[in-house]
Amino acid sequence: MADNKRTFDVIIVGAGVVGSLCARELARYQLDILLLDKCSDVGEGTTKANTAIVHAGYDAKPGSLKATLNVAGNALYDEVCAELDVDFDRCGTYVVGLADGDESTLQALLARGLENGVPALEIISGEEMRRREPALTSDARAALYAPSGGLVDPFQLCYAAAENAVANGVELRLNTEVTGLWRNDERIVGVLTPAGPIRGRYVVIAAGLWADTLMHQAGLDSFAIRPRKGEYFVMDKAAADVVRNVLFPCPTSVSKGILVTRTIHGNVMLGPNAVEQDDKCDLSTTQAGLNEVMEGALKLVPGLDSRHVIRTFAGLRAGGNTGDFYIDAPRSTPGLVVLAGIESPGLTAAPSIARYVTALLGESGLCLEPRPAFSPIRHGIPRFSELDDAEREALIAQDPRWGRIICRCEMVSEAEIVAACHAPVPARTYDALKRRVRVGSGRCQGGFDQPYVIDIMARELGVSPLEITKKGRRSQMVVRRTKELRA
Amino acid sequence: MKQLQCDVLVIGAGPAGLAAAYEARRTGAANVVIVERNDEAGGILPQCIHNGFGVRALGADLTGPEYAYRWIDRARKEGVGILSRTMVLGLEAQRAVVANPREGLVDIMPRAVVLCMGCRERPRGALAIPGERPAGVYTAGTAQRLVNMEGYMPGSRYVILGSGDIGMIMARRLTLEGAEVAEMAEILPYVSGLRRNLVQCIRDFDIPLSLCTTVTNVYGRDRVEAVELSTVDERWRPVPGSQRRVPCDTLLLSVGLIPENELSRVAGVAIDPVTGGPFVDERFATSVPGIFAAGNVVHVYDLVDDVTESALAAGRSAARHAMGLDGGPRSEIELAAGDNVRHVVPHRLDPGSLEQGEVLLHLRVRRPIEAATRIEVWADDHRLLSRRLRYVRPAEMVTIALQEQHRAMLEGARRLTIHAQEA
Ligand SMILES: Cc1cc2nc3c(=O)[nH]c(=O)nc-3n(C[C@H](O)[C@H](O)[C@H](O)COP(=O)(O)OP(=O)(O)OC[C@H]3O[C@@H](n4cnc5c(N)ncnc54)[C@H](O)[C@@H]3O)c2cc1C
Ligand SMILES: Cc1cc2nc3c(=O)[nH]c(=O)nc-3n(C[C@H](O)[C@H](O)[C@H](O)COP(=O)(O)OP(=O)(O)OC[C@H]3O[C@@H](n4cnc5c(N)ncnc54)[C@H](O)[C@@H]3O)c2cc1C
Repeated sequence: MADNKRTFDVIIVGAGVVGSLCARELARYQLDILLLDKCSDVGEGTTKANTAIVHAGYDAKPGSLKATLNVAGNALYDEVCAELDVDFDRCGTYVVGLADGDESTLQALLARGLENGVPALEIISGEEMRRREPALTSDARAALYAPSGGLVDPFQLCYAAAENAVANGVELRLNTEVTGLWRNDERIVGVLTPAGPIRGRYVVIAAGLWADTLMHQAGLDSFAIRPRKGEYFVMDKAAADVVRNVLFPCPTSVSKGILVTRTIHGNVMLGPNAVEQDDKCDLSTTQAGLNEVMEGALKLVPGLDSRHVIRTFAGLRAGGNTGDFYIDAPRSTPGLVVLAGIESPGLTAAPSIARYVTALLGESGLCLEPRPAFSPIRHGIPRFSELDDAEREALIAQDPRWGRIICRCEMVSEAEIVAACHAPVPARTYDALKRRVRVGSGRCQGGFDQPYVIDIMARELGVSPLEITKKGRRSQMVVRRTKELRA
Repeated sequence: MKQLQCDVLVIGAGPAGLAAAYEARRTGAANVVIVERNDEAGGILPQCIHNGFGVRALGADLTGPEYAYRWIDRARKEGVGILSRTMVLGLEAQRAVVANPREGLVDIMPRAVVLCMGCRERPRGALAIPGERPAGVYTAGTAQRLVNMEGYMPGSRYVILGSGDIGMIMARRLTLEGAEVAEMAEILPYVSGLRRNLVQCIRDFDIPLSLCTTVTNVYGRDRVEAVELSTVDERWRPVPGSQRRVPCDTLLLSVGLIPENELSRVAGVAIDPVTGGPFVDERFATSVPGIFAAGNVVHVYDLVDDVTESALAAGRSAARHAMGLDGGPRSEIELAAGDNVRHVVPHRLDPGSLEQGEVLLHLRVRRPIEAATRIEVWADDHRLLSRRLRYVRPAEMVTIALQEQHRAMLEGARRLTIHAQEA
């Protein structure tokens, strides 16, 4: 597929939330853009496994890129999510002080937040905090309230941005791993893939955990990423009666601590811990890690009922050795823009990172001529579960598949599944579908829907059910037909 | 929105729903409707293609589909309407909003409702088994549907966690389909399903069974490549050093069923935390007047015959309620689980009801006793009756009948307590 002749203006390596929002931002201009990812879907990297908080911005060191881009990114969320039809709730977040020294930590966070330009921060009493969150431990002494903090659906933001980019002319190639950079003397002139080289005037590395590997190929040797695992529990929506807010403990030197939060879709999530490791692919959960998370969470909300757990997962922070985001167009390698060390608050910062990168490219000589036809608006697939009766009736009248419920826990209709299979960035795997329409995300975890979904996906994608995978590569859901004779 | 009036609305067309609807009609309810979200009626039964259904209720050893078909046929002949592919969206005592592809939304106004939603399987996440999260982890019932109804094999080499009935039946089924079942692991020191399944599905097929064993890790990034099994101590903690890696491409879970009561909660029905199902009285009336419940939605039964029997009673009560024949005020006794009893259904009963016939008490024991066991029913502090059983096992529900003759002794009592102790 890789065509030697064509030259893209910009090649973006990595379609996580950062790469996808960069692609969308650049699509505002008259540019030929290619967005690449090695996975079978966008957002399969760190974007699919994180805490999903839109941070207010009091954590990062004043003056750092993290601090600036966090606060700026946070401010862009209302606009970006409205344009892209993404679920976002600016519900505010809390850091709760439980131990002796915590009050002074809260004061320090407040001061840092003010310096970073975080709006409306406020320290509230333990009593007031418990009024707002009755399930909170009686140990709570005080809390930092950040009204600008919020909750988002990170996968949704990622594929929505990618879809809007594609709708505005960006080319997306999945299952395409960049194995090297194509250089002509110093200058980067494209990328190398197993399917052949692809020519590009500028290459943006937004490869998350793998950014350093690609940087080293460009001779940028000093930057190194050390993955830091964070493990989580997801709880049934029934647990949401207990937890209403986003509750952080006081941060430690390595992480923001194990929090207890409601999610944008009404579940409860506990985590993450922070464990350094070498392997960039190891997303396994461990008994020790899960125990640590549960213990940490119980310190904040002692009444959590572990019987509500429906799933565990882990994500890897792409922690860099500078402690800050590294976003640069190094002089030594013209044509290259590098984004590395985009750990938390990378999701929050992503919309402002996209602008920052666009400006960097402009400064490096990329011609930014606005494209009049650009439309920032994307419409998502309606969710049957969130519609009112009149809307439901109208949709079923148009297409009866809206009336056939496939996933009972999350109440997802066949029409939503079909629409996701034909979206601008279509769902081609079970997990991709799950991220788009929430099939299998509920308490039965796909027990009821899977046999139906395999069939519907095979039909819509025009493949055999044997080719439907959970997450690409060799992750087939079923391996053969019954009664089939084998050699 | 289309409107529909009916006397009795039954939710779920499994064996419970079919029997409840059938009996409601026979009791005299004019208009009885079942809504079922699946394409076909029969509940879990169409995928249970093994035999062993209906020995008691129909006097025949049938397969699941055959048993279901008999009841679909009976219900149809009685004039029961079945709306398939229909999902209940909202429920109150006298109102249900449902959706289906044919009519859109329908607003149903019943005089009585019978909840027959069955149960669901506990998934991997509920056990929080650590490890990778590859393809190839299925609950046994999902695998059963894939194999028996859709015609697909979820994998080639299996480890089955849990020795529930579905797991054991699938062990045999998969072996017959040419797959290999490497091992079945059970965390308890005894099998959690029926003895007959242990013999016919595991022993007869030489499937290795490890008790006091659980899965402590899952390997494989794309597809399952192996699981780690560990021996556990009496508090279910893995014994260090006991881990072994068993190569497989599929992990099946048969680790328990949970009554499906989300809808019941929406309707305000009080749920017993022990059974996971509604509190019911001997009529199968729930805490909400006009809402009844039967089958696995109340508590998980092991035999379909008992499901059918309980549903007949619930259907009768619902019809009476719909026809305004509820009778006068009731005086109720509470039932309590005593020594080695996990739960008893019903939770409450009116001794006056014994006038119309026997009342069955269904109970599950906590621990197995592999020796003669005495089941005793105490009305406050005097013993009402005592039964001797050869053994008791948590997997095998115990049924005790209260008869007309017990009525006098029950009058005035406050609490019935049931014990299961070694004789
Ligand atoms: C435990 C945890 C909790 C977090 N919590 C928060 C939070 O609450 N709020 C917040 O703001 N941030 C949070 N973050 C950070 C946030 O998730 C990340 O900053 C953000 O997702 C990074 O997005 P990305 O696009 O840079 O990386 P990714 O999503 O990892 O995207 C990189 C993409 O590049 C692709 N790729 C890599 N190498 C190649 C190659 N050679 N060829 C082709 N494609 C390649 C990958 O497949 C991947 O899709 C958290 C992170 C973790 C791990
Ligand atoms: C694998 C397996 C093997 C078994 N083997 C035997 C055996 O050998 N012998 C034996 O006697 N018994 C056996 N049983 C037990 C017996 O089959 C079950 O106890 C019985 O099926 C339970 O009946 P039910 O009607 O309560 O539930 P189900 O059969 O589960 O039916 C519930 C129905 O309700 C529907 N429903 C739920 N919610 C809604 C809603 N909101 N709207 C609309 N519809 C809804 C569901 O789709 C389903 O069709 C077995 C069970 C299983 C699972």
